[in-house]
Amino acid sequence: MSQTRTIAVAMSGGVDSSTVAAMLRAEGHNVVGLTMQLWNQRRLAGHEGMPEAVQGRCCSLDDVYDARRVAETIGIPYYVVNHEERFERDVVRPFVEQYLSGRTPIPCSLCNNHLKFDQLLIVAQQIGAEALATGHYARVEFDEGLGRWLLKRPTDRSKDQTYFLFGLTQAQLSRTLFPLGGMMKPEVRELAREHGLALAQKPDSQEICFVPGGDYKKFLDAYLAEQGESLPDTAGELVTTDGEIVGEHGGIHNFTVGQRKGLGIATGSPLYVIQIKGDARQVVVGNQEELYTRTLRIHRTNLIAVEELREPMRVTVKIRHRHEGASALIEKSADDEILVSFDQPQRAVAPGQAAVFYDDDVVVGGGWIA
Amino acid sequence: MQVAMRRVYLDNNATTPVLPGVLEAMQPYFGERFGNASSIHHHGQETRAAVERARESVAALLGCRASEIVFTSGGTEADNLAIFGLTKPGQHVISSTVEHHAVLNSCKHLEASGCEVTYVPVDGQGQVDPDGVRRALRPNTRIITIMMANNETGVLQPVEEIGSIAAEADVYFHTDAVQAAGKIAIDVKRMGCDLLSISGHKMNAPQGVGALYVRKGTTLRPMLFGGSHERSRRAGTENVPGIVALGKAAELAREAFAHGDIEQMSRMRDHLEETILSEVESTGVNGRGAPRVPNTSSIHFDCIEGEALVIALDLKGLAVSTGAACSSGAIEPSHVLTAMGMSPERARGTLRFSLGKQNTDEDIEFALSLISPTVARLRELSPVYNKIAASS
Repeated sequence: MSQTRTIAVAMSGGVDSSTVAAMLRAEGHNVVGLTMQLWNQRRLAGHEGMPEAVQGRCCSLDDVYDARRVAETIGIPYYVVNHEERFERDVVRPFVEQYLSGRTPIPCSLCNNHLKFDQLLIVAQQIGAEALATGHYARVEFDEGLGRWLLKRPTDRSKDQTYFLFGLTQAQLSRTLFPLGGMMKPEVRELAREHGLALAQKPDSQEICFVPGGDYKKFLDAYLAEQGESLPDTAGELVTTDGEIVGEHGGIHNFTVGQRKGLGIATGSPLYVIQIKGDARQVVVGNQEELYTRTLRIHRTNLIAVEELREPMRVTVKIRHRHEGASALIEKSADDEILVSFDQPQRAVAPGQAAVFYDDDVVVGGGWIA
Repeated sequence: MQVAMRRVYLDNNATTPVLPGVLEAMQPYFGERFGNASSIHHHGQETRAAVERARESVAALLGCRASEIVFTSGGTEADNLAIFGLTKPGQHVISSTVEHHAVLNSCKHLEASGCEVTYVPVDGQGQVDPDGVRRALRPNTRIITIMMANNETGVLQPVEEIGSIAAEADVYFHTDAVQAAGKIAIDVKRMGCDLLSISGHKMNAPQGVGALYVRKGTTLRPMLFGGSHERSRRAGTENVPGIVALGKAAELAREAFAHGDIEQMSRMRDHLEETILSEVESTGVNGRGAPRVPNTSSIHFDCIEGEALVIALDLKGLAVSTGAACSSGAIEPSHVLTAMGMSPERARGTLRFSLGKQNTDEDIEFALSLISPTVARLRELSPVYNKIAASS
């Protein structure tokens, strides 16, 4: 048995984080279970387009109940901490605003940066825990040679969550544990069963936690209605890459880069959304080839494996969670800006998503696509 | 390998342990004396007698007649019965901004069903101004419902003055005395109140029993319909063990007053408060300028999330709360503290310490040994505190 430590576990009520708590407890650590209450599903229930009853997964009473049951089963203290205000400010609001300005946000990364590994990590330290463990599939290691904490891809590549974790700082990584990084998901479920956790077969959550059913357009409507705001009028023109007006659209938030359906115009060859020009309220459409770009710029960067990008570096870049990654050269192009030049043009680069750099297993860093 | 940890409970406003004498008194009524108090036979007579003895004991604690006591399932039901039992649409109700949710949400429901409610504000110490109550009176005012002691701060309201205002205006006066019963003397006649709620588990009886004092001659519309229990004011077979326990707890409460146990509790509370104020900077006692029940201390620790402090202390063996037990986990800062004019940040950094009959001087020393270092650790990790400390 390794040395006994006091470790807080971020428990969502799912299989992964529950198993982490059980594993650490079995290793003899002092484990404290924490669940963040981030969003009140009842707020939007019954609004137009939203389910009458609470159905969403995030922060539902069912999940808190499941987490509490696990804590009870394995015999650890368990607390719910309320961070609804911060979640709304740092995750929900930006999510809504990004969509309204024609971008494609990823709330999970914002939540990791602002809630889980910031607010919750502070709470963990305040209550006397040396580290915070989560059920993310990723690995964290200290590299003696570099003198830096490294974020690495997990053994179970199909569950790799490093794309959402690129924003972690050295200080955060030094206090973070990802005990599932070396395990395959079926092993985790097996372990959950061995520890007698009733939720071993609970399905994985897929959708954005606060958007029931994954329908973000209905969520936007309901949220704005609740706030007493109306959807800003962003209706405008559909234009080609040459600037020719080919139609009209009902609002830029209805589009994402790469989208093909729902453009409302019929042409011979299939048309795709190439770009969304928020200021001009224009949606630029074009053919398949025009969707490909060779370069992109990122800002609000966070570097993990290196302190600074002093010279150009060859990396593999992921521009979406499910992107397989593409070879590229990255170089610093301005203050807080990195230019990414792909060897092969990439399809549907969406502003608002993250570009994350990998050197084999190691996450070099990443940033937000401008 | 698990070593039993020392645990001290200073959250007696949330609930109290059942005293050994109370447990002993109620125990026979689960088994050997199991009768339905409405039954004609021996078993029924036995429990009927026990219920009536308990009624007399509760009446003695409140200074009323036994026939004026209605047993309920707890404080919430007593509050609901008083408020809904007397009002109908079109009438006006006066309450305050610092009531417990059992009263506050009942008033909200009244508003939704055609009554008007005035919530009289409180001053910086958490007290209602009796003149504010007087000014709120209208020709159609039916009832004034203002608590006796606040659950979060322990602050006492000027119930006697409010009672005379109600009497002059010929309106009903109800007071939620859940946090006062057993902690300070209650005399319903002197207070001039027509209805008064108490709860068993806040005074060393178990959860699930309470009582409402209803002044003789007051016609209440019942909320539960069924048999003619409790003089047709509250249908449902009596919770005999609970009622017996409440009766015993009332008896022990009167004995404790006579023994000076309450002064002892007050002394321990003051020692806790004064030591924290002198050892920990940027703290203050909420409602300290007002008269308070002797067991409660609401203390704000600036630049701290009360929630994190409660968890940190619990992990060390000290049980306290951020405020009302039911509002933890809620996003809103305490309505009581904000009604006193406190900023939401300061309200969120508030902890409630509430002592009980079981607490000893050693308990207080144990609590004090944890509070100062824990607050220091939290502040060390508080971005806000560090910013303020750096600029001063």
